[in-house]
Amino acid sequence: MTEQKIGKIIKVAGPVVVAEGMTGAHMYDVVRVGEENLIGEIVELHGDRASIQVYEDTVGIGPGEKVVNTGAPLSVELGPGLISSIYDGIQRPLSALVEAQGSFIRRGSDIPGLPRNKKWHFHPTIQNGTEVRPGDILGEVQESTLVRHKIMVPPGVHGRLEGLSEGEFTVTDKIGAVKTKDGERVLTLMQKWPVRRPRPVHQRLNPNKILLTGQRVIDAFFPIAKGGTACVPGPFGTGKTVVQHQLAKWVDADIVVYIGCGERGNEMTDVLREFPELTDPHSGEPLMKRVVLLANTSDMPVAAREASVYTGITIAEYFRDMGLSVALMADSTSRWAEAMREISTRLEEMPAEEGYPAYLGARIASFYERAGRVICSGSPQREGALSIIGAVSPPGGDLSDSVVQATLHVVKVFWSLLARLAQQRHFPAIDWLTSYSFYKQYLAETFEDKDKGREFVQMTKEAMALLEQEAQLVEIVRLVGAEAISAADRMALETAKSIREDFLHQNAFHKVDTYTPIDKQYDMLSLILHFHRQGLAAIERGVETSDLFALPVREDIARAKYIDYAEAEKIRSIADKIDRQIKELYSSAAVQ
Amino acid sequence: MLKEYKTVQEIAGPLMLVEGVELAKYGEIVDIEMGDGTLRHGQILQVEKDKVLIQVFEGTEGIDVRDTTVRFLGKPMELAVSPDILGRVFSGTGQPKDGGPAILPKKRLNINGNPINPYARDYPNEFIQTGISTIDGLNPLVRGQKLPIFSGSGLPHDEITAQLARQSTVLGKGENFAVVFAAMGITFEAAQFFINDLTETGAIERAVLFINLANDPAIERIATPRVALTAAEYLAFEEDMHVLVILNDMTNYCEALREISAARKEVPGRRGYPGYLYTDLATIYERAGRIKGKKGSITMVPVLTMPEDDKTHPVPDLTGYITEGQIIMSRSLHRRGIAPPVDVLPSLSRLKDKGIGPNKTREDHADLYNQLYAAYARGKEAQELATILGEAALSAEDQKYMKFANEFEARYISQGYYENRTVFQTLDLGWELLSMFENVELKRIDIKLIEKYMPKFRAKQEQKTVELKKS
Repeated sequence: MTEQKIGKIIKVAGPVVVAEGMTGAHMYDVVRVGEENLIGEIVELHGDRASIQVYEDTVGIGPGEKVVNTGAPLSVELGPGLISSIYDGIQRPLSALVEAQGSFIRRGSDIPGLPRNKKWHFHPTIQNGTEVRPGDILGEVQESTLVRHKIMVPPGVHGRLEGLSEGEFTVTDKIGAVKTKDGERVLTLMQKWPVRRPRPVHQRLNPNKILLTGQRVIDAFFPIAKGGTACVPGPFGTGKTVVQHQLAKWVDADIVVYIGCGERGNEMTDVLREFPELTDPHSGEPLMKRVVLLANTSDMPVAAREASVYTGITIAEYFRDMGLSVALMADSTSRWAEAMREISTRLEEMPAEEGYPAYLGARIASFYERAGRVICSGSPQREGALSIIGAVSPPGGDLSDSVVQATLHVVKVFWSLLARLAQQRHFPAIDWLTSYSFYKQYLAETFEDKDKGREFVQMTKEAMALLEQEAQLVEIVRLVGAEAISAADRMALETAKSIREDFLHQNAFHKVDTYTPIDKQYDMLSLILHFHRQGLAAIERGVETSDLFALPVREDIARAKYIDYAEAEKIRSIADKIDRQIKELYSSAAVQ
Repeated sequence: MLKEYKTVQEIAGPLMLVEGVELAKYGEIVDIEMGDGTLRHGQILQVEKDKVLIQVFEGTEGIDVRDTTVRFLGKPMELAVSPDILGRVFSGTGQPKDGGPAILPKKRLNINGNPINPYARDYPNEFIQTGISTIDGLNPLVRGQKLPIFSGSGLPHDEITAQLARQSTVLGKGENFAVVFAAMGITFEAAQFFINDLTETGAIERAVLFINLANDPAIERIATPRVALTAAEYLAFEEDMHVLVILNDMTNYCEALREISAARKEVPGRRGYPGYLYTDLATIYERAGRIKGKKGSITMVPVLTMPEDDKTHPVPDLTGYITEGQIIMSRSLHRRGIAPPVDVLPSLSRLKDKGIGPNKTREDHADLYNQLYAAYARGKEAQELATILGEAALSAEDQKYMKFANEFEARYISQGYYENRTVFQTLDLGWELLSMFENVELKRIDIKLIEKYMPKFRAKQEQKTVELKKS
């Protein structure tokens, strides 16, 4: 395996290079191409001829140049130093690249994913002489104020632990060893893992807890579970990226891995600039201290884009194995699929729908299948969860697109973004009528007070029924006018409008509104529905709807979203105000 | 020593196959000398052993298999740059076209450029005042942004790009400004209109033009935007200039790309465009931006014509996924004589929130455009309803919103191509139009801002009604 095989290029066509003399190469082995040592990966083998997808621009490469097989598949380095890092699609640190090469990305760089000179303090939590199994926790490194990085026995290593010691180590220093039946295996803070292979777990479990996001339309109506999968398809300009950013900022997970896959450079800069300034609502620490970013913008090489989702999910799995809850956002999986298509075309494979390769569905499914709630391998026993939220950018917003359809086969939550809502500046533009979630059953359990939880679920059902009713009524009103329908129906329309504008609409750029704790969501929704019930009661007693709708308290309901939850009493006090103002209408109605 | 070969084997469409070539490199540039001595240029698309596939920029017409010589230049396509390129006109591949001398190069740059490291990018947040209300007020443009214009045949995108080139300034700063204009397959008239406009205002001194007209070789267009952006990168990041790049028309560029792809018998994607169209466009559009530690910037306005005004056509669709928003032209506004006919509702600038607010424009800017949008969207619905049911059938509220939409179109959107409004004029006009609504109806605006800005316009409104009653 260590012996280097040198082959020769015979063909170059864009990002695909064909080389011969590659005897002994394996599929997905990493190779170095040409005099500049460009990084590539073998994607096809015919005898001793290998087709290679190259992760860098191939201009200036020609037949006759050498190809060196490293004999190992594309792998990532896992260990302390991942947190707060910003990588490209194949785990090269972008900040180090700027230092080494300047503002533009040049070819053939060879900077490792984890810094080699930084020393970490390692504190063992296990005795020497213990028989260890893969996944056993050896000790800890305090990587950032938010992340206590667990150092684990790498997969495949069994034996007796020896020489493990406390101290300051770099990621390549020996921290101890395992005496295995095949000899001694040195332990370091870092381990490597091939990106295309899921990391092993002890047992997979069904998701059973909601992953709170602080986004009202998501938490209350279409929640995602810890270990669940969700997709956000929508045409351009509907706010997919803002939704993804909001989730990355506010999601209730220990670690967030954000993959900018073929994204805009300026948007990625926004993330890079904004995240370090944000504080985590759960701990008050800078958000970056629990984030790993991958940025492979659309102008960066296409093959690295194809690899970026695998790099990202492998890093996410590694943190999951520590027993953490990890959320992975991929924006956008369509760009990933397009990268697959582009490489498939260059390989002259037979295309399936829309030019996508026939294995598109299988690849997408196996990517999302790497999500889940698991019992991690090794001891002590621990539970980890990896949730995936993928954005999809269907051409023209057409949901019959192959990528959307392949994704919908596997994901359990669907947030459909509507161009019409975005045009009305209703954000997040998640369509409440077509979106769905299979995890709603766990919503009640989210509240400490289970009765409150059940009540909240009941309220969301009631709210959804009103929204459905609105969709039907609105057509009738269009044709015959609002005066022609019953007062109760008018009340339903008005409440539905209030649900839309005062609850579902959420301003990502407002200091308070950007994040709503679940208890505040309960309070807000109960206000709206309280007004609805009191309103219906008032109508029974002869109060005019126009008087009801003109009550000043409605302004208070609308502005409740801007009240900081530290002042929760202020929100709840609005309920009394509703009662008082409606009662006043009773007396005037009685006079008439 | 340059290698020369006379071993052309096949010629098909814009492509040529040469055999027996040694040490050719992917992406290398070649000179093609025809039997009669005329010179053409090409680029290597694929090398397989000793077989080289070349795309010929000027087309293969007249090239033969027997007498043609192919010279491999051993380097990718380059552009000679120096500050002297300002004020010059070049062909689509960067050869002087104005009869002037060749450029004495300070540098030769590979036209493909390199991707900007996202970590090195500086965030675009400097407001550019274009003097056009629908852009400044509702979809502000910032330095380093790429904001395309989605147009259609017969719509006045030339006028609006000329207006942009003429009027764009950054508030309170007199900085080095340049315009790079790349014409891809546009008509002589359209190119001349733009050149004349620049000449009249004297801006031509600060402009670089790369012109590939409709009757110039189509394949040359593939190089044109890259050549233009190489010039822009040089001016922005080495000569500290703020460069506005106009690429007109990207649809023609994509068609040239499709032609090559078809000639190579590649598996087509949607509507015959190649599957890598997204990546290819991204390598063009993503060259806009700002870089940390550099003074200059590249702001890009690509123009594209949507076949049949179809926004879901692959070219506008993929463009929209890469650029930071889009300005869409409306045929119905244009027919009603509203100029510039910007279709406000589907238009969007994704970076709008970054360039506005206190110290940049004014504190009320964000709330104001949200409210204008919401009110206009509502008014548009009412307009449509009125065409079905008749105006009389609308509720009083709908009628009010419809009146707003009409006023908004007549005064806010419509301004002509030569009116240069300051952003403050635009903002005030917004307040004035909104003054027909009660404060409670203006839900998107912070009540404090309404109290601060609105009274002035309410008073004006009341005065008007009083005068109306008198007369």
